[in-house]
Amino acid sequence: MTLTLRDLLNKLLRRQQTSASTARERLQLVLAHDRTDLSSEVLDQMRKEILEVVAKYVEIDLNEGAVSLETEDRMTALVANLPIKRNSSGTIKIKESTSKTEK
Amino acid sequence: MPKDSRVILICSGKGGVGKTTLTANLGIALAKQGLKTAVLDADFGLRNLDLLLGLENRIVYTAQEVLEESCRLEQALVRHKQESGLALLPAGNPRMLDWFKPDDMQKIVSMLSEKFDFVLIDCPAGVEDGFKNAASAAKEAIIVTNPEVSAVRDADRVIGLLNTQGISPVQLVLNRVRPKMVESQEMLSVDDVTDILALPLLGLVLEDEQVIVSTNRGEPLTLSAKQSPAAKCYTNIAQRIQGEDVPIIDPSKEGQGMRDKLRRLMQTKIF
Repeated sequence: MTLTLRDLLNKLLRRQQTSASTARERLQLVLAHDRTDLSSEVLDQMRKEILEVVAKYVEIDLNEGAVSLETEDRMTALVANLPIKRNSSGTIKIKESTSKTEK
Repeated sequence: MPKDSRVILICSGKGGVGKTTLTANLGIALAKQGLKTAVLDADFGLRNLDLLLGLENRIVYTAQEVLEESCRLEQALVRHKQESGLALLPAGNPRMLDWFKPDDMQKIVSMLSEKFDFVLIDCPAGVEDGFKNAASAAKEAIIVTNPEVSAVRDADRVIGLLNTQGISPVQLVLNRVRPKMVESQEMLSVDDVTDILALPLLGLVLEDEQVIVSTNRGEPLTLSAKQSPAAKCYTNIAQRIQGEDVPIIDPSKEGQGMRDKLRRLMQTKIF
């Protein structure tokens, strides 16, 4: 993602961003989807299922979790950012069901 | 003994971005530099390369008759009057679409490769059979695109298809660049497009009214001694394609007034 001096100025003055930067953002998004051939519904479904699987093992913040496609140099990566909840002692909460299956 | 000729596909995905104009101008520019060049119109449905080169009245035979062996290749080739190093192999009848296969394309291209240093294939728009046929015989490719979202998106599709076919190198020509709009950041810049498509830049072509004048006349811009802005760009591309180390024309270097300098300052990337 690039940001130019003009973009910054426009942000500070709360002006509409330049159409070139809008074009950049829209293209990056649409190409990430084109390249993987995934519709937004499928991506959303996948996001839900990933969250469910991860939530089986650790406690995660379901509202904070984000799964997105990022593209760089013709390589598209599926990036999942899932904040894990910590308890008061600072350790990661492992769900009980997990420890049972490990026994 | 077949020559080690360069077979270059000129494609875009989207229609109307300037494939045929680039093919015509590049063909003339390469011939001018002493290289034997063939341009092949692979757009059988909507052929236009003959028109842009001003050769439409001199077509006797086409690729179709060559494939049917009802004429020799030499008879079908239309030599350009002023630049005799350039020859056009015209597209046949649109009915060719019914039976034309990648094998046929490879046959034609290998015949041309024996006689020419450069074979430029003017690809039809789209990503269907016409494109696949045209691409089947190419060794390398030039993607033509405009600094517009739809053209860039379609170019990306085509790049993906070329990659799976093992065509390499694939280089980019950014057409119809308007430096003023790029500077005021109301048009995607050269860097934006090369970043998004992740392709090496072969060159850019400035927006130039003379392109329309030249197509009206059927005389590609690179033909004339007096070079308009777009003609300089095409010639620049022809030099760079041969590996000559000439710098790409930089649109942002134009204009030295205070306003131009301020505009350039505002383009500075800070993140």
